[in-house]
Amino acid sequence: MSSTPGITVPAGTLGTSRRRLLRRPGRPALTRWATPLALLALWQLLSATGVLAEHTLASPTTIATTTWDLIDDGTLPQALWVSLRRALLGLLLGSAVAVAAATVSGLSRTGEALVDPTLQMIRTIPLFGLVPLFILWFGIGELPKILLVALGVVIPLYLNLHAAFRAIDPELTEVATTLKLTRAERWRHLIVPTVLPGALVGFRQSLGIAWLSLIVGEQIAADAGLGYMINNARDFLQTDVIVVGLLAYAVLGLVTDAIVRVAERRALRYREKPGRA
Amino acid sequence: MAVDTLTDPAVRLRGVQRRFGDHVVLDGLDLDIAPGEFVGLLGRSGSGKTTLLRLLAGLGDQTTGEIHTGSEVAVVFQDPRLFPWRTALENVALGLRGADPLDRARAALGEVGLAGREGAWPRELSGGQRQRVALARALVREPDLLLLDEPFSALDALTRISAQRLVNELWERHRPAVLLVTHDVEESLLLADRTLVLEHGRIAYDERFAAARPRRREDPALVARRKELLELLGVDQA
Repeated sequence: MSSTPGITVPAGTLGTSRRRLLRRPGRPALTRWATPLALLALWQLLSATGVLAEHTLASPTTIATTTWDLIDDGTLPQALWVSLRRALLGLLLGSAVAVAAATVSGLSRTGEALVDPTLQMIRTIPLFGLVPLFILWFGIGELPKILLVALGVVIPLYLNLHAAFRAIDPELTEVATTLKLTRAERWRHLIVPTVLPGALVGFRQSLGIAWLSLIVGEQIAADAGLGYMINNARDFLQTDVIVVGLLAYAVLGLVTDAIVRVAERRALRYREKPGRA
Repeated sequence: MAVDTLTDPAVRLRGVQRRFGDHVVLDGLDLDIAPGEFVGLLGRSGSGKTTLLRLLAGLGDQTTGEIHTGSEVAVVFQDPRLFPWRTALENVALGLRGADPLDRARAALGEVGLAGREGAWPRELSGGQRQRVALARALVREPDLLLLDEPFSALDALTRISAQRLVNELWERHRPAVLLVTHDVEESLLLADRTLVLEHGRIAYDERFAAARPRRREDPALVARRKELLELLGVDQA
């Protein structure tokens, strides 16, 4: 992805790694780890012999010690918490808007006409191109960072939800009518379960965009958080701290994605083949 | 309002009309079905039999005429139409009012021979089992009118026979009025006490066939009636 990151969703990026895992289930773990471990050893060797200068890239062992120090003195947990909070608030706000918009456009033609074209237009605006405007409008505090995350979250979640609402089975709707289900029961037994798979796929894509938006957002004159930690380190040529910050972003992304994946598996267990449990 | 039978009929239609554009599907239809009566409805495709069933199920809009049905109407469609994200038991109990819905649903599943499969997801069940869940979902509501829309047509021949037997048993035990829409003349004669043929939106044939149950396909009376009906339906019997 060399182009400017827009709000457009990199479809399928999250699914590929799992598919690859499924394709070769019997591969021994050792072989899989061989290349990364060899690269790590080479990196350490180059650092130790001075070929790779400390101010270009710190050695793996230095990074490990720095990680421990940053955890020990509270810098990393503090920065993590600030960044996590921004991401969660943005996710919450963005999800709320996406769910509201998708519900309005998913349940009536008028609603769709009112909501859908606007969101489809917003979709084409490159998200990170909005950063200068956001700074002008919302200053350099927490607000533009949270809003950038929120805006990044809205579009993929909305698009997936919108498609999911279209997938409500008219035959099951008739069953709901003949069983005289109440409005609440229709939501609980028909609409929510139909929409859920799309919602979860959309949410996972949104998560990916959320972390990306956060990293960009935290470049805006932050005074706390992982972005601040990284920018500070750049000023002092602390490549070890920069790498720790990047690793922290990666871990946050992986952990949140894993949480949604577990939720996905649980919510969609009725689709599993018999006996695979 | 005068009622000519002792109890209210399960179905009472007067001058029912339904059109799609210029095409008249039901043309001033009159029909009475007595409580507990098992009626088979035959007709070529496009004759309006599904339209009729749907309007009795409360799924037909823009219909004119007088329509009365019992208060509790249940439907079994051609496909089981189970909610895939609900277990067999939850599907049967869906929207069930009154006391102990889950216990009643469990009993209904037992009655259709699916005791022990309460926790199964629909996709874990065979086609025949799924259709039985749909039958249990209809029966558990203790309907006065049970509408069956070609409920066996998607099943293989052997499964169909046992499903037909099951419907016969359940009808004898619970005695709802039944309207069975089918294109299988033999099926209607095996199960129903009265067979209707719908043609051009009107009832063209309405005769009783009340042989003792359980009925056999080889029964000469049934075979003779079958021939008569097939001729009426314009099926060439070489």
